[in-house]
Amino acid sequence: MPHVAISSPLESNEETPAPLEKHSAPFGRHSLVRWESALVLFLIFDIFYGGITAPDFFSQNTIFFAGINFGLIAIMALPEMLIITTGEIDLSVAAMLGLSCASFGYLFEHHVEVFLAMILTLGVGALGGALNGFLVTRVGLPSIAVTIGTLTMFRGLAEVILGTNEITGFGGPWTDVGTNTIPGTPFAWAFGIFVVLALIYGVVLHFTSTGRSIFAIGLQEEAAFFSGIRVKRIKFNLYLLSGIVCSFVGLLYTYETNTARYDAGTGLELNVVAIVLFGGVSIFGGRGSLLGVVLSVIAVGIFDQILSIKNVSSQEQSIVFGILLLASVVLPNSARGYRAIRQRFRREASAGSSTLEANL
Amino acid sequence: MEGVAKYFGAVVALANGSIELFAGEAHALLGENGAGKSTLVKIIAGVYPADRGTYVFDGQVRHFHGPHDSQEAGIAVIYQEPTLFDDLNVAENIYLGRQPLGFGRRINRREMRKQSRAIFGQLGVDIDPNRKAKGLSVADQQMVEIAKALSKDARVVVMDEPTAALSPEEVRRLFTVVANLRQRGVAILFISHRLEEVYEICQRVTIMRDGSFVRTDLIGDIKIEEIVRSMVGRDLSTLFPKSAIEAGAEVLRVERLTREGTFYDISFSVNAGEIVALSGLVGSGRTEIARAIFGIDKYDAGSVFVNGAKLKKSSPLRAMHAGMGFVPEDRRQQGLVMDFGIDHNVALASLERLSHGLLLFRNAEQTLAADWALKLRLKYGKLTDEVNTLSGGNQQKVVLAKWLAGQPKLIIVDEPTRGIDVGTKSEVHRIIDDLAQSGVAVLMISSELPEILGMADRVLVMREGRLAATMNRSDATQEKVMLAATGQV
Amino acid sequence: MSVTDEVALSEPVKSHRIAETLSRARELAIVAVILVIFAITTIKSPDFAHLTSMQQVLTNASLFTLLAVGETMVIVTRNVDLSVGSTLGISAFLVGDYFTHNAHASIVLAFVIGIGVGAFCGAVIGLIVTVTKVPSLVVSLAALYIIRGILNIIGLGIQIEPTAIPLSFQKIGFETFAGIPWIFIIPAVVALVVGFSMRSFRSMRELYAIGSNPAAAQLAGVPVARRVFTAFLLSGSLAGLGGVLFLSEFATVNATAGSGYELLVVASCVIGGVAIFGGSGTVIGAALGAILLQIINQSLVVINVSPFWDSALAGALILVTVSFDRLLSNRATLALRLKGSAARGD
Repeated sequence: MPHVAISSPLESNEETPAPLEKHSAPFGRHSLVRWESALVLFLIFDIFYGGITAPDFFSQNTIFFAGINFGLIAIMALPEMLIITTGEIDLSVAAMLGLSCASFGYLFEHHVEVFLAMILTLGVGALGGALNGFLVTRVGLPSIAVTIGTLTMFRGLAEVILGTNEITGFGGPWTDVGTNTIPGTPFAWAFGIFVVLALIYGVVLHFTSTGRSIFAIGLQEEAAFFSGIRVKRIKFNLYLLSGIVCSFVGLLYTYETNTARYDAGTGLELNVVAIVLFGGVSIFGGRGSLLGVVLSVIAVGIFDQILSIKNVSSQEQSIVFGILLLASVVLPNSARGYRAIRQRFRREASAGSSTLEANL
Repeated sequence: MEGVAKYFGAVVALANGSIELFAGEAHALLGENGAGKSTLVKIIAGVYPADRGTYVFDGQVRHFHGPHDSQEAGIAVIYQEPTLFDDLNVAENIYLGRQPLGFGRRINRREMRKQSRAIFGQLGVDIDPNRKAKGLSVADQQMVEIAKALSKDARVVVMDEPTAALSPEEVRRLFTVVANLRQRGVAILFISHRLEEVYEICQRVTIMRDGSFVRTDLIGDIKIEEIVRSMVGRDLSTLFPKSAIEAGAEVLRVERLTREGTFYDISFSVNAGEIVALSGLVGSGRTEIARAIFGIDKYDAGSVFVNGAKLKKSSPLRAMHAGMGFVPEDRRQQGLVMDFGIDHNVALASLERLSHGLLLFRNAEQTLAADWALKLRLKYGKLTDEVNTLSGGNQQKVVLAKWLAGQPKLIIVDEPTRGIDVGTKSEVHRIIDDLAQSGVAVLMISSELPEILGMADRVLVMREGRLAATMNRSDATQEKVMLAATGQV
Repeated sequence: MSVTDEVALSEPVKSHRIAETLSRARELAIVAVILVIFAITTIKSPDFAHLTSMQQVLTNASLFTLLAVGETMVIVTRNVDLSVGSTLGISAFLVGDYFTHNAHASIVLAFVIGIGVGAFCGAVIGLIVTVTKVPSLVVSLAALYIIRGILNIIGLGIQIEPTAIPLSFQKIGFETFAGIPWIFIIPAVVALVVGFSMRSFRSMRELYAIGSNPAAAQLAGVPVARRVFTAFLLSGSLAGLGGVLFLSEFATVNATAGSGYELLVVASCVIGGVAIFGGSGTVIGAALGAILLQIINQSLVVINVSPFWDSALAGALILVTVSFDRLLSNRATLALRLKGSAARGD
């Protein structure tokens, strides 16, 4: 009996329409452009609203304080954005801020020379980031579990190092970071640093091979790996970078407030994630632009400032953050969800079809 | 025998599908990729409704609203990738949602185990209902799915390429089970590409081609050549452009490559300008070897040499730097970033090369992509279109472009024409042939014997992780290859 | 070549029994660790062996145990609910408010209000998650903010005073029954009931299926949306109940009640063996995890290690257990693969 085997088992692609994968934007590639336009509109609204709220809204004072209040979150949002774009997350960012703040305070109290103390603090950040990176890439643990763990651990260590003490009276070259603007401008140093970093990140993300790789990893990690992209190394480096940047922010915080305490920055991680997502970055990874995040930072920062002026308490502001967060993910997703529901009524089998398409 | 099911369906991907299943028969559904088999099965399973035609089950016209509906009616589909719940145990996998109840509507686990054992006993299979489904072999997973079908009193069981990943003993066991099911009056729809199996266990066969029904026959009434001709619609021999070349220097050498549990003691070499085909049944280890060579997976022993230089335990990046390219089996997950544009995909393996110092600009990517799109005759709208808008054949061209852009010395292609329409298939073959002509060494993995025989200079046949046979182009025939692959030499 | 069909085709009984035992072993392991810590602490400070210290541990653990039960149901479906702390807070506050403004308040009604508030929060989150398919991480994160914000607005500057709370209600907070604090008995009973139902009721078993393989669950006809919604509803309700117990335990509430609880709750679940990606884990394990965290806390105080180490250790513990789980599962998969191919005669 002759033996013949024709063709190969898995039929893919040809007959079936591409399943609505989680990454496909409901409006096509232009959804991001739409989102950024919406952000610009929001920004413009902000500016008007600000002008109405207080006649001297655009005074040096406001701009300066906006930078102080928001600058730290803004700077932390940058490495967070890259991590989220690869499909991971880093929830330990604010805890690292606290840990580095506590470490620096401790070192200062023990009369370590300022510059050396700063380097050591950054080293702490690097270690923390490396721990995250190691657990996610080498051990292969889900980043949400890892960073919840390191978040708890860093906070705990900060507590151990400093206890309930508050260190004040920091000397050194940075003491006016919290009180003076960048000479010749109305901006706070934190804001200036943010702008510079944003430019660097923007170029790296959108105009280098590493940046392309980051998007590829977020969209289709396996294909990226198969194309020679060093997925593990990139992810590790991003976590390392996040650790260093956050410890740097911790230093900044210490000098701005001239205080070191163990609970510095508690709860800010959620703000950071919220800002990033509100900037149009997809929580699944692979989509987003730095411009979106910058717009988000500025727009929300101004809005935040407006709320402060109107004496809305910071607690109430947290409601705003929550709503923003929801809006930034629900809106794009509900368009998709709505379409899915409609499809469901028309072709009631479509919900179960994705597995079958892969299998048959 | 009474009629159990009768289906006529028509959807855009399926122009005219017809099939009739009788209780107690094993009925084969044959056809090439793209023939419409999978769409027909989906209609049977209730995933899609038919746009035209009638679906009659047990004498009644039915319209199923989803897979759950059809399951209730007694239709079970066993997919190639069984969908079990790893974290639950076998008994629960069988009875999820229908677990036998005891006092106060609690699940009665003892009863569930008992019934599971009973069903496995009927099938002549020994699987512990208590164990977690995780780690079950594919063969055992299938058995659990069949048990699930039986527990629901299925009247129709559709099996999609069930033997693809099975060892010969497991295939025997499956066939016994099929005979068992037939005795109980279950109708079995058997989709396979292995005609010898079809001849062994099926009573009737339906052949489809290009979205339409072609013919149905009793298995005894039709000869294999007629089957093949009906499926293909043309003679096999005309398809492949193969030019004679002189093999050059050795490019790839693999020595005693081994990975415990997957492949053992593999040694072969590929020279410049040669096309070496790696054939064998699914599960024989071919793709695993390719992945190990390219550095995606690790291996336990042996070495890989490229152009005489030993490749250390590598990564895809090192393999690329050594001059290799790899067109993977699974285009959608491994070959392309589906949501990226054509330009980004083509450039994906050349990112460093395209950068000026640190910076990489989009037009560098686009120039590269446009260049290759022309060379490979890619059909597309704009270079920025996402590749998920392209047809399968064009997607494969993008994958090829990605690797060719790096001027590789060796390219590994895994199932290069799977899921591609006939026209583009021959274009891809021509591209591969041109490559070989220009001195590139090609390692081709394929399950399509005609493709292998048409394109390869040498054929390596794998069986269960070992090299079973090596043949030159002049000696190889389909029978020989198949015999070596199934161990009947 | 291959051996007889029987051996070749089925996994040896031993290997999977080991895996089964391991999950039971998780719970036993936690109990063992608890006992070890108890022993060590007692050695260093014999006073610890007194009943009151265990009662303290159980009291401290009670709220987290309760929340961990609800959280387990959510995590098992491959979701997460980060809003539980805020929900607990707002429930505690509203019940306290009820007591403050109603001289003849009914305790039963207090419970109803508390659970109701929680149920409402859980339902809203569940609805958004199931309808919009937005990841629960994000939705519950947003809810955490929003609920806390609302609580801050309505509770600005207000502190619910113990004098407003009826004594009979407060008694729940500190009285014991057969040596066990009432305030722990309630969560323990809840844990047992939920644990039992997750083992023995069809609809609850489907939660595991959903977390294990969402696509297959859909295909198998499991009403995924309904089940996930219910999980969030229950999680919220239990958080609401937690708020009621909070009030009875502390007899005072302000707008910060429950802050930060969510991370400890998730930690308890993870340590207790609930897989973060769903599909496995038990409520009992999570409850034991909560108790473990509290006994660590307590023993640190007693042996005069700075209690500040508490969080650090908790964090380290999370990392260790998750890593351990992953390594174990890799080993198991490798072993099974080798056995399978050996049986096939490779």
